Amino acid sequence: MVTAYHSRGLHEALRIREETGAIPLAGGTDLMVAKRRRAGIPPRFNEPVVFIGGLTDLRVVRMDQGMLRIGSAATFTDLLDDAVIPDIFKTVFLEIASPAVRNRATIGGNVCNASPAGDTLPLLYALDASVVLERVDGKRILPIDEFITGPGETVLQKKELLTEIRLPTVDLNIYFYRKIGTRRGYSCSKASFFGGARLTDGRLEDVRMTLGSVAPTVVRSKEAEKRMKNKNELAAIVPEIIAIYEKIITPIDDQRSTACYRKNVSLRLIRHFLYERILPEMRSQIKQ
Amino acid sequence: MKIRIVLNGKPAVIDTDPTRRLLDILRNDFKLTGVKEGCGEGECGACAVLIDGRLANSCIVPAGTVEGSEIVTIEGYRDTARYRALQDAFEEAGAVQCGFCTPGFIMAAEALLRENASPDEDDIRRALSGNLCRCTGYSMIVEAVKIASAGGKDLW
Repeated sequence: MVTAYHSRGLHEALRIREETGAIPLAGGTDLMVAKRRRAGIPPRFNEPVVFIGGLTDLRVVRMDQGMLRIGSAATFTDLLDDAVIPDIFKTVFLEIASPAVRNRATIGGNVCNASPAGDTLPLLYALDASVVLERVDGKRILPIDEFITGPGETVLQKKELLTEIRLPTVDLNIYFYRKIGTRRGYSCSKASFFGGARLTDGRLEDVRMTLGSVAPTVVRSKEAEKRMKNKNELAAIVPEIIAIYEKIITPIDDQRSTACYRKNVSLRLIRHFLYERILPEMRSQIKQ
Repeated sequence: MKIRIVLNGKPAVIDTDPTRRLLDILRNDFKLTGVKEGCGEGECGACAVLIDGRLANSCIVPAGTVEGSEIVTIEGYRDTARYRALQDAFEEAGAVQCGFCTPGFIMAAEALLRENASPDEDDIRRALSGNLCRCTGYSMIVEAVKIASAGGKDLW
């Protein structure tokens, strides 16, 4: 039988991590699948496990000086029910798996799994999220794109816990999220796209685009975003923008989809966002 | 590890490996075989139960995460008026064929109706999106939930 620990509070959980390097388990919705064996047989955890899902310290959600702070063990249902969480997040969270999974799965788990198909990641990358990594004797804060280094890989150390996700307030008046998958209740996407923008008097003051499931980690091009920023006409530069993404979208063939389909649909989603969501609004603002 | 729960209204203490699946504990230790194993990876909803009033797939719930929780399976639910309303509605709509998925759908329907007593079709389809049925084609199940909701106004 594997050693498992209950922790009564965050400090105790951190001490268990420090002393044993136990795998943190919050909802378990992904870990239990990864470690499963046959019916009736306990899953195969080769390392000790520490249960952190019940820690109320890790489920706090609050707005603090313009920074949205989300406890890592908050479930998606917690977040969907929370008035502090902006609609832009809820649009994304509602598309994650099924109600039964959202009731147990946590945002911290989705980040730490670091799946290329992780459903929260395009949103979190687009909104410049940071992660708080705590250990017994301190903490560090990293931008999410420095925390996740590859499929299933993060820089989380054995003695650390991801305790919080922090997001600066971003003012976006257009956003568009699309998850391409086989079935709503099935959690893995073939491709996903998040686009957000702020248009004022026809001028593109802010624009962000991120894509999931089409590279080892989330795709975002700050170069492309910079080229679009502060423009009041986009049509002329769309081809050069698409060319940038064509280079950095590098999907693979797997059981869920093909590289060819993923690339095609991703570029179509970018075009859709620029031509159908931003351009018409830009033109109508300029006319007024 | 000792884990305290309330199972179908009765307090219970399980002394077990806390990484075991709640599904195995319910079926093998408590012989609650109305909880079915379908996919075993949280995607078909056949093993759905209520944990503290919320739907969960017991095949991906490790026992250690339900300490102090109240768990209701189809066996604990079937003596209620709400269950009878759902049973009648499922029969009327023809929402049961082989029946393997039915306990999970009933629990998902209860989880929906206790939050939203008058769901529209989209609410129902979203609430049932984690449950698979390979017989009915879903329309009859959606219809059954509509019938239960319309007929059971005072129940939920």
